[in-house]
Amino acid sequence: MSAAVRRRRLMPGFGLSFGVTLSYLALIVLMPIAALVWKAGVSGPGELWAGVSSRRAVATYELTLTTAAAATAFNAVVGFLLAWVLTRYRFPGRRLLDAVVDLPFALPTAVAGIALSAIFAPTGWAGGLLEPHGIKVAYAPAGIAVAMAFTSIPFVVRSLQPVLADLEDGVEEAAFMLGASELAVFGRVVFPAVLPAFLSGCALAFSRSLGEYGAVIFIAGNIPMRTEVTTLLTYIRLEEFDYPGAAGLATAMLAASFASLFAINALQFWRLRREARG
Amino acid sequence: MTGPRRLRVGESAPVRLALVGAAVVLSALVFGAPLVMVFGRAFAMGIGVYLQKVSDPFALHAIWLTVLTSLIVVPINVGFGVAAAWLITRHQFWGRRLLTTLIELPVSISPIVAGVAYLFLYGSLGLFGPFLDAHGWRIMFTAPAIFLVSLFVTSPYVARELITTMQAQDTDDEVAALTLGAGGLQTFLGVTLPKIGWAVFYGAVICNARVMGEFGAVSVVSGKIRGKTETLPLHIEVLFNDYNTTGAFAAASILALLALVTLAMKTISEIRLQRARAAS
Repeated sequence: MSAAVRRRRLMPGFGLSFGVTLSYLALIVLMPIAALVWKAGVSGPGELWAGVSSRRAVATYELTLTTAAAATAFNAVVGFLLAWVLTRYRFPGRRLLDAVVDLPFALPTAVAGIALSAIFAPTGWAGGLLEPHGIKVAYAPAGIAVAMAFTSIPFVVRSLQPVLADLEDGVEEAAFMLGASELAVFGRVVFPAVLPAFLSGCALAFSRSLGEYGAVIFIAGNIPMRTEVTTLLTYIRLEEFDYPGAAGLATAMLAASFASLFAINALQFWRLRREARG
Repeated sequence: MTGPRRLRVGESAPVRLALVGAAVVLSALVFGAPLVMVFGRAFAMGIGVYLQKVSDPFALHAIWLTVLTSLIVVPINVGFGVAAAWLITRHQFWGRRLLTTLIELPVSISPIVAGVAYLFLYGSLGLFGPFLDAHGWRIMFTAPAIFLVSLFVTSPYVARELITTMQAQDTDDEVAALTLGAGGLQTFLGVTLPKIGWAVFYGAVICNARVMGEFGAVSVVSGKIRGKTETLPLHIEVLFNDYNTTGAFAAASILALLALVTLAMKTISEIRLQRARAAS
């Protein structure tokens, strides 16, 4: 009898942990999601479509997608830099830097929102430097991207760190011995090896940015058609008691979450297959 | 061949210095500036005004409700996290990967979507609305709605922490205990729990930070009734929109301090977990 089979028979608590996990997920996670889909269903296709395809709604999609893309592009570069420095070099203050990267996870979004808004307001530290040059951040799309970038940067760093640390010793050295330059070794050896994890970190950050609310609303200015994100419009529809409208927008965002989750799982699957082969 | 033997990319002194320098300067700006802003603004009018702002009756009630929510939500999600991690890492069964994805699902869902989903489940016009109304029960716009939606939003944190930790551990000790005749619960408490204690602690700390700071989902389901269903993050929003900036930042400073304590606890438990791994 193999060890795995023996272990499976031996490990207790399958029934209990299975029961607890599944009923909790059903009660707390799946039932509300089902209720949302139900509400969208009973609202009728006409009203639902009117809600998600209105000019104001489409404007929020365009704004949310472009600002989230900008935030993710920034995080791809800075997140890569941070992960690289944290895993490859030993320097004084490395522990502190490693701890501080998680600040956006630990700091409530509303706190981040009011702080960023104060920093980038015309009277703030950054706003005072940028506004005289005609660069408007607070109450403009750039501010939304700043808030999204702040709240989602740990996703990129934390996805990259383990794979950068696990890079096999000797592969880079072998490439150097074959006469490759620094850039060539980075571009052809290191980067391809961490690419799946890097992309899944970026996908997580992007998905998180699409759904961001707390940090964004304080800095956005929230002007319909110009600086209004999809999460805020959903909230406004609720306050107007336009439930079909809110159901439609929330279902659209739920679909976007599922799509990004699918993409992230596909990337993980790609990585696992490569690891199994390599 | 000339020069020293090169083992890895980016090991030359100028490259190292440039990259570490850039990372430190960027981090100080990105992570440091908001913190300095929060504490600077909170104490801008002096400590007297600060104390007056945080001891305002509405502020005190918001703090109390936030702490109460955490006291209810964190233990439940620790229980769920332990059960889920035990199931995922100690058993093989059909659908295990799908279940892992399902456990992680709330991380990818917008807090606003979570709030809307709960409204359509328990609200008057929701799925259970008619049933609740018929019995005279109300969940939406009460404290229990805040507890429920917080359970949803923060359910993955303990679970994912424990799954990562327990996946990296072998089960030889558990197998030995069970073979020697220990019961399931005895094995868990005596063998597994000491190995994952710091991971449970860290998961609970992160879960607590997310519960206390939850904003979007709570905005939707709480009704934002002052002195009743207003949590600390909602209180910050009200003050900030009223141009009571000092009050808003004073309230925010409490949560910012909580974030700093969370990061310190996280670092401590990581060091402990690393040591335990190195020792075993």
